[in-house]
Amino acid sequence: MTTMLRLAAMAALAVAVATGPAMAAEWPDKDVTYIIPFNAGGESDVTARLQEPGFNKLTGKGFVIQYKTGAGGAAAWSQLNSLTADGYTLMGINLPHLFLQPMGGKVGYKTEDITVVSVFQLTPHALVVNAGSPIKTLEDYIATAKATPGAITVAGTGTHSANHVAQVSFDKAVGITTTYIPFTGTGATTAALLGNQVKAQWAFTTVGAEQKDNVRMLAIATEQRHPLFPDVPTFKEKGIDMVGGAYRGLAVPAGVPEEMRRRISDVFMKVNGDPGFVAKMQEGGYVLVDVGYQDVPGFMGKLGAESIEVGKALGLVK
Amino acid sequence: MDTLPHLLAALTPFNLLLAIGGVVAGTIIGALPGLTATMAIAILTPLTFGIPPASALVALGAIYTGAIYGGSYSAILINTPGTPSAIATTFDGYPMAKRGDGDLALTLANFASVGGGLVGALFLLLLAPPLAQFALAFGPVEYFWLAMLGLTLVSALSDGSLLKGIIGCCIGLLISMSGSAIVGGDIRFTFDSQALLGGVNVVVALIGLFCVPVLIDLVATPDAHLKVGSVLRGFRLREALGITWAGKWNLARSSVIGTVIGVLPAAGGAIASLVAYAEARRASGTPERFGQGEPDGVIATESANNATVGAGFIPTLTLGIPGTPPDAVILGALLVHGVRTGPNLFSEQSQIVYTFMFGLLIATVLMLPIGLLLGRYAFRTVIAVPKYVLAPMIGLMTILGTYAIQNSLDDVAVMLGLGVGAWVLGRAGFGAAPIVLGVVLGPIAEQGFVQAWLIGGATDERFETFFMRPIAATIIVAAAIVAIYPVLAKRLKARVRNSENG
Repeated sequence: MTTMLRLAAMAALAVAVATGPAMAAEWPDKDVTYIIPFNAGGESDVTARLQEPGFNKLTGKGFVIQYKTGAGGAAAWSQLNSLTADGYTLMGINLPHLFLQPMGGKVGYKTEDITVVSVFQLTPHALVVNAGSPIKTLEDYIATAKATPGAITVAGTGTHSANHVAQVSFDKAVGITTTYIPFTGTGATTAALLGNQVKAQWAFTTVGAEQKDNVRMLAIATEQRHPLFPDVPTFKEKGIDMVGGAYRGLAVPAGVPEEMRRRISDVFMKVNGDPGFVAKMQEGGYVLVDVGYQDVPGFMGKLGAESIEVGKALGLVK
Repeated sequence: MDTLPHLLAALTPFNLLLAIGGVVAGTIIGALPGLTATMAIAILTPLTFGIPPASALVALGAIYTGAIYGGSYSAILINTPGTPSAIATTFDGYPMAKRGDGDLALTLANFASVGGGLVGALFLLLLAPPLAQFALAFGPVEYFWLAMLGLTLVSALSDGSLLKGIIGCCIGLLISMSGSAIVGGDIRFTFDSQALLGGVNVVVALIGLFCVPVLIDLVATPDAHLKVGSVLRGFRLREALGITWAGKWNLARSSVIGTVIGVLPAAGGAIASLVAYAEARRASGTPERFGQGEPDGVIATESANNATVGAGFIPTLTLGIPGTPPDAVILGALLVHGVRTGPNLFSEQSQIVYTFMFGLLIATVLMLPIGLLLGRYAFRTVIAVPKYVLAPMIGLMTILGTYAIQNSLDDVAVMLGLGVGAWVLGRAGFGAAPIVLGVVLGPIAEQGFVQAWLIGGATDERFETFFMRPIAATIIVAAAIVAIYPVLAKRLKARVRNSENG
């Protein structure tokens, strides 16, 4: 009996050893389901669609894009670990959302429940005003806010979102008070700025890329100036330590084996080098980042520590 | 612009084929509850990546306009709006079908949709830039008052008891507040359940509140689903033409209302058709007939919601800001195609834009014959299929449709729960329509109010913000008229009668 068991165990082990890496190396041998936790047509969706040609060139396979929206992404993320863990179901993730949402209350998941395999792009924060605004520079903005505390209304998308974080961190860094007005969706937010319903908008560089001369970006949160906007200064140049925005990446259900996670990460890091993808992302105002599976823990650790500070400023962490 | 070359570019056989295919696919998808225009476009978008951007746009526009029209089929035949835009079509369309005029209602919906669609597309072609500026002038306060204007409809939608209508509307408002709040991020009315974290999806609520009670009644009563005359009367074209001609001002007014509301990025087809319905009822000489199967009600809602299609493209193409949820998907598809919408699109890529606009006009015209044929087929199917087949078919469709919205079984549970609740409330005299009104308008009213409160508070000008802005003030007056007019009219009539008697 014991021999039988031992034999069976050995056989199982042999099969596992034989198929494990082989399965991962062959990934993907069919189309991959890519779940977007936001609406069709949004930035996450567009990014995924832009990734697909590069992914197809590398692997010969495509994406099946599904949308699972609600609660600023939490409706999807809270379900991630109940999905099939065969490596063919991927889910888009956004940071700092994954840190901030669980701080805010019961959202059905904890940050550490989410198995992030790679982070591939940053959509940098941008402080934007209407092209007709009397506020011409970042200095003007700060001076106006200091002269009339709270009177500057700033639109952003959602509460406890990346835009909200930017507003809170910036105001704290330079010691000003502004009034944050949350809207639903980037479209409605930008419409509020263009229609002068608000005085400014915390947005991303993508808004600058789309709206061009209708808006003026006062500064953006990148390390260096963005090639698409050579005339827009960075916050760093202005002496404000603010680099970041919304990061996008990929997560898999927790049951996906290590080998497979690494393989998925490798493929998507290669997509990040696809010239067509690089050009289209740059044209859209995005910044590509290459955080592969082995670098994820360090990256998440650093961002997590920053997020706790932000959480305190937002009043989420006491 | 040189009209002719653009028109010819839109008229290539390939584009025409796409327009026909798009209208057919859109109409069928739109007719199925749960499968909305947004989803139709999201599903079919990848198929357009292999063809030139202008043709892709023609196909997507055709799908969109077809889907908004197709929503009227299920609204009329089974009292369930196929898309949120068709909510108000159920108010009179279904009573018409009930009394045996389903064929007439479908033909009217077709005429009205084509008419409204043409008006919206013409405004897009001719007046896009100024209308886009109007859309921008519409701030949070205006959205708040627009939602209030929509809510005044509750008086029209309450069968019998106004109090019950208002209570129903409040129930709808409470349903709309569940989940995490956009403004403030508080988590409300979820009863600690994951299912409600994202709030109640409007389409899920629609299917539950409208379709489930119909299904229960279908099974619980011995009568045929719809009354049918002894002979099939075809399209009843002549009759429908007569009614449409008599209602031409209604059609024109509703189309313009649909266009104006359609350009507002945060409004959409549901509100456009509700407001057009309210206005048609107010302007009618026989408002008491609305809700009882009044053809003018169908004309108003169907022309308004198809007008939002062309109108929604105005902010999408000129500002790069999607006018409606399907526009957001189309905008995303354009980005993938390498077309950058926004301020420079008209100058840099005018070829694409104008080909698309003419394509939309052509697709709308094609909807006339295609829609009539599909409509007749849908009508015949619904009346020919025996009840014991129809009921399980609709039941299955609602469950699949609900699941498909977000691939979520939780949504199916929410849909069934709301549906049974609506049926019980219906027995107690609470109609589904006021509840849905609350569900649809709640989020717009709430966000508009809180945003306006915050903006006004920043400069200590709350009163000025809420009451002194010209567009806001205009909407307030309109809402007041819609709310008070029926009461006044009744009083006035009574007084005239009294003085005649005395």
